[in-house]
Amino acid sequence: MSEMRTFHTDGAPLLEVRSLKKYFPIYKGLMRKVVNNVRAVDDVSFFVREGETLGLVGESGCGKTTVSRCILRAHPPTSGEILFREANGKVTDLAPLDRHELRRFRPQMQMIFQDPFGSLNPRMTIFEIVSEPLYVNGIRSKAERTEKTAELLKLVGLRSEFMQRYPHAFSGGQRQRIGIARALALNPRLVVADEPVSALDVSVQAQVLNLMLDLQEKLKLTYLFVAHDLSVVKHICDRVCVMYVGKLVEMASTQELFQSPRHPYTAALMTAVPVPDPTQRHVIQDLPGEVASPANPPSGCYFHPRCQYAQDVCRTQTTLLREISPDHFVSCHRAEELQLLGIKDMKESLKHDGIPT
Amino acid sequence: MVVKSVNRSDVGSKTGGQEPILRVEDLKAYFYMDEGTVKAVDGVSFDVFPGKVVGIVGESGCGKSVTMKAILQILEPSAKIVSGKVTLRRRINPKDPNSPEELVELTRLHPNSRQMRRIRGPEIALIPQEPMAAFSPVHTVGNQIMEAILLHNKVSKEEARRMAVEVFHSVGISMPEQRIDSFSWELSGGLRQRAIIAMALSCNPRLLIADEPTTAIDVTTQAQILKLLQKLKDERQTSIIFITHDLGVIAQMADEVVVMYLGMVMEKGPVNTIFKDARHPYTQALLRSIPSVQSTPRLKLPTIAGSIAHPFNRPTGCPFHPRCSHFMRGVCNASQPELIQLAENHSVSCFLYAAGTSSTPAAVSPQAETPMEKRQ
Repeated sequence: MSEMRTFHTDGAPLLEVRSLKKYFPIYKGLMRKVVNNVRAVDDVSFFVREGETLGLVGESGCGKTTVSRCILRAHPPTSGEILFREANGKVTDLAPLDRHELRRFRPQMQMIFQDPFGSLNPRMTIFEIVSEPLYVNGIRSKAERTEKTAELLKLVGLRSEFMQRYPHAFSGGQRQRIGIARALALNPRLVVADEPVSALDVSVQAQVLNLMLDLQEKLKLTYLFVAHDLSVVKHICDRVCVMYVGKLVEMASTQELFQSPRHPYTAALMTAVPVPDPTQRHVIQDLPGEVASPANPPSGCYFHPRCQYAQDVCRTQTTLLREISPDHFVSCHRAEELQLLGIKDMKESLKHDGIPT
Repeated sequence: MVVKSVNRSDVGSKTGGQEPILRVEDLKAYFYMDEGTVKAVDGVSFDVFPGKVVGIVGESGCGKSVTMKAILQILEPSAKIVSGKVTLRRRINPKDPNSPEELVELTRLHPNSRQMRRIRGPEIALIPQEPMAAFSPVHTVGNQIMEAILLHNKVSKEEARRMAVEVFHSVGISMPEQRIDSFSWELSGGLRQRAIIAMALSCNPRLLIADEPTTAIDVTTQAQILKLLQKLKDERQTSIIFITHDLGVIAQMADEVVVMYLGMVMEKGPVNTIFKDARHPYTQALLRSIPSVQSTPRLKLPTIAGSIAHPFNRPTGCPFHPRCSHFMRGVCNASQPELIQLAENHSVSCFLYAAGTSSTPAAVSPQAETPMEKRQ
């Protein structure tokens, strides 16, 4: 059907996040005293290479969206560094910049939102929506903006005649295309996609994923892809970071992570995904318990109350992210000794899917 | 009340399930609006057998939820059941497992009638889509479950409370005595979903309708909920109608699958047949377009061209024909295909398999060479 995609660049990091922390204070009493913090993001470090897609997965409330918002500086981080490399090679830390200084970087980082219904203003035409970033960034000539908008709509697979219509006239998939066109208007280098397909129908989901892959190839984009659906993540990402209660628990290439996960949480996530094949039915494996509260996390490894491999060391000592094999990072005390199951051999499953190789 | 009494001997064996517990025949439910008529459900038929799971798959707007609302007669005022028959097989004395059974034609009952109200809850229970919206935020969850119990059983308040705690326990909620007094917004997503399942189970229904019970929740919680539903099915012999658009969930849960598109049944059959030998072009395309954790990364997915038609301008003929790669001009857009039986319980609604059309069924194997997916 399609060739395996090989587009990658030299691999210099476009974005590097170093010990990022974002705490949301909990106030109490008349004096609004800070009694505790919700540690939404707690000491997270990772990097995104130029031209690749980095996936950020985890259950709801694990802080993946907060990480992406901190990177775009929609939230000011509590501490840590967000190093962004510009096209000329200059590296800048975005964390301490104020909004005037950030203006220069905003066009280079754009976002695709989750809800295609909530993210488009119903009172603006498609032209107004897509061309607004151009206007804000100094392109005031209407003819020029019209031309650029038509180009962008064509790029995302919509007809340019749609420009004068309002969002209500479009289906979910088409709206998501409009959102993508808006994100691409300023030729960004980094695109943060926060659950871009989770609100779409299955048949449309594949269209949008393919579009994102195409655009990456054409425009040499770098994606930070936030999602909870592991099958989608596996489909689109080069590398994946797994988060749990504000911390990174594992980071590896997609292939490696899915074939040999080293953290029990990653393995549990994978076995929980229902396989679309009735002959591979098995007793559904579930992960007992609930996600820990980021305001009051457990001692030691945050995952230990739900982990079937937990030992005394897991209950008392905190874990650190360490490199267990080249480019494979994991934060588990017992990563070396555990034999965890990954997704089974791929060639075999290809036959199942009926996709000719 | 239209009730036909059935002799014990007529009823299929208790466990074998020869006789369906619910039979839906050619159900049509239309919405009458100012802009026109929306044929939300347009001729849907299927059977639900005791202790079996029927999975209903379809994308948004295909009428899966409206079908369920029509069965329970809880449609919006603008909607009407136009024709069709929904027949429920129920025990005359619901408390007694050996009681003789009777057939009740639900479509003949008035939505507000006493008989209909007696069916909602103790006979057919609904697990609604959004647990947050399903609970009242100003009453405790226990209060709401007790309300259902008190309505359908002659018990005291204390007894009802004890039953509610018991059902909380059976769905795997820890500390049920405390949790029963909490409000829905105090519970996490997984617990709230369990609480809504507990509410549905509180009156021991024989048929459970689960309307996308796992769409808004995480995979780990989803696995917990699916496991719970499987346990219920095995232990209580509850039949389940499982509505979802997630084919992975269908593959793991369902015994029979009904594929719907724009209010019509495109294909139905046993789960293995649907996944291994799908015949309808829509089912085939749908199965190919889903990303799987087992597929190769960064490979382009085959897609279905176009998007679902707006309900006001439904295509003529087969509703799928504008997106179908096997489209036959003058056939598919001229008239609606009938549901054709291919095997004992595998039927498909497509002209490719109708007698008298040019194409023979053999020419369209599931792995058809013709690329039916148009790349965007």
